[in-house]
Amino acid sequence: MTEDSTIPNRAGLGLKAEHYEAILGSRPDVGWFEVHAENYMGAGGPPHHYLTKIRCDYPLSLHGVGLSIGGAAPLDEAHLARLKALAERYEPGLVSEHLAWSSHDDVFMNDLLPLPYTEETVTQVSEHLERMQEVLRRQVLLENPSTYVAFEHSTMEEIEFLRTVVKRSGCGLLLDVNNVLVSTNNQGASAEAYIDAFPLEQVGEIHLGGHASEEEAGGTTLLIDAHDRAVDDRVWALYARALARGGARPSLIEWDNSLPTWEVLYNEARRAETVIAAEAGSAPQPAAPMQQTRHAAAR
Amino acid sequence: MPQHADTQNDFAAALCDAALPVPDAVVTPPVAGQGRRFDVYRNNRMVSLIEAMQTTFPAVLRLVGEAFFKAAARAYIDQEPPRSPVLLLYGCGFGDFLDGFAPAAKVPYLGDVARLEWARLNAFHAADAEPLAIDCLSALPPEDLGALRFGLHPSLQLLRSRWPVVSLWAVSSGSDPEAPVDMKTGQDTLVIRPALAVDTRVLPGGGFDFIDALLSGASLAEAAERAASNDPAFDLAVHLQGMFDVGAVTAVFPGSPEPKQE
Repeated sequence: MTEDSTIPNRAGLGLKAEHYEAILGSRPDVGWFEVHAENYMGAGGPPHHYLTKIRCDYPLSLHGVGLSIGGAAPLDEAHLARLKALAERYEPGLVSEHLAWSSHDDVFMNDLLPLPYTEETVTQVSEHLERMQEVLRRQVLLENPSTYVAFEHSTMEEIEFLRTVVKRSGCGLLLDVNNVLVSTNNQGASAEAYIDAFPLEQVGEIHLGGHASEEEAGGTTLLIDAHDRAVDDRVWALYARALARGGARPSLIEWDNSLPTWEVLYNEARRAETVIAAEAGSAPQPAAPMQQTRHAAAR
Repeated sequence: MPQHADTQNDFAAALCDAALPVPDAVVTPPVAGQGRRFDVYRNNRMVSLIEAMQTTFPAVLRLVGEAFFKAAARAYIDQEPPRSPVLLLYGCGFGDFLDGFAPAAKVPYLGDVARLEWARLNAFHAADAEPLAIDCLSALPPEDLGALRFGLHPSLQLLRSRWPVVSLWAVSSGSDPEAPVDMKTGQDTLVIRPALAVDTRVLPGGGFDFIDALLSGASLAEAAERAASNDPAFDLAVHLQGMFDVGAVTAVFPGSPEPKQE
């Protein structure tokens, strides 16, 4: 493993099985990688084989998608134990989860579902984060969600909710800029105002991803968090706006569906590094020479 | 104000059953036309679960086509939704489900192909272990061999089928598109992943009983006897060599000093 597990203020990439060989073959100049924790909860086999090798050369961020922090029920302790085991094995520099729920009555929904923002839920989410941080013995980052609906009984704004959870649990935040655009668009709010109001001093990581859009019957546009294409120009602009106020942060390109070639993904990371460098007032580090790889999808 | 648990109850019920109305507490913002906002969640859930099953059961998908597969997967998801956030091991009961799925009645081997793919998935994610070479037996006096017990690879799985399940899988998965398929012959199958690649083998006569007995803790002599009682042509030397060749043996335990009771 790399001696220092700290995630640098550079661009990182979501690690995909299809790119294992390309990464190990060329050791590209990428700041760090992130994995979905649940994809590495098998006992053994190729996923662990490749992640172990890649972890030898790169810092790693662990991103959970299944703990259901936004649910009313106590956290699933068995799942928390799996997450802890994974964190002990790979020593990630960052661990994050979502402001969402995904399980109910033991049924796993496989989606990040929305919650009302109330005194009851802010208490539940804060307690769940306290428990998660107690078990993992580290700070966890909580990600702002993509939403398509709201709840009529919400009593606070999302940013106020997040600020309260940070204050009560001591967690940090993961700012997903694409989620900001998706949610504010879908809720009829201003993405710029959301970025301007976000407590950037609490942010330990930024996510950048692509979204789909479709026209609605009422003439509005619905944005859907799809992670299936390049980052939108409006998201890049919001990202630059956040960095201009809050400074550089580890920034992940999320591309989970309709995967591009490794080279296309890598160029998205380079683009993020250009924004980081512009914020720092210097040119980006030149990319280390990268071998041309002709890689077929691993499986 | 509704309790969050109640809000979740209503939301989850409507999420899993499109015939139910969108819960009252859910509002679409005034900016939106009454669009398909709640359907985004319904769609995300169902599409992502079907995609997970397509990844796990590619041969079943090829055998029945995409439209049939999606309908079958949808019915399975309704009946046995995932109970764990570890979705990479979802689909355990799909083979049994297909056995009883009326529209699949004309494809009676479908369940066995699904069980083979499930075994392959489990082998893929099983714990790792280092296989032993057969020379580990060479130092032992021949008279001690019969009492040996074996620790077998954690990824090893057996499947018995009255259909040529491996050939059907090989043809439909594309691993061997030209494999001859004799529908009159059943196949016993061994699935194992000694290193990185999952290996799928048709077992010769007696092999299933032999390995099945070893898996349940029988000694080498007991396992050979069980195999021979079902297949008089069973050749222990050949099968023992085969076990080591596929990387199935990871530990060898000497027999206990006391005579074994049958």
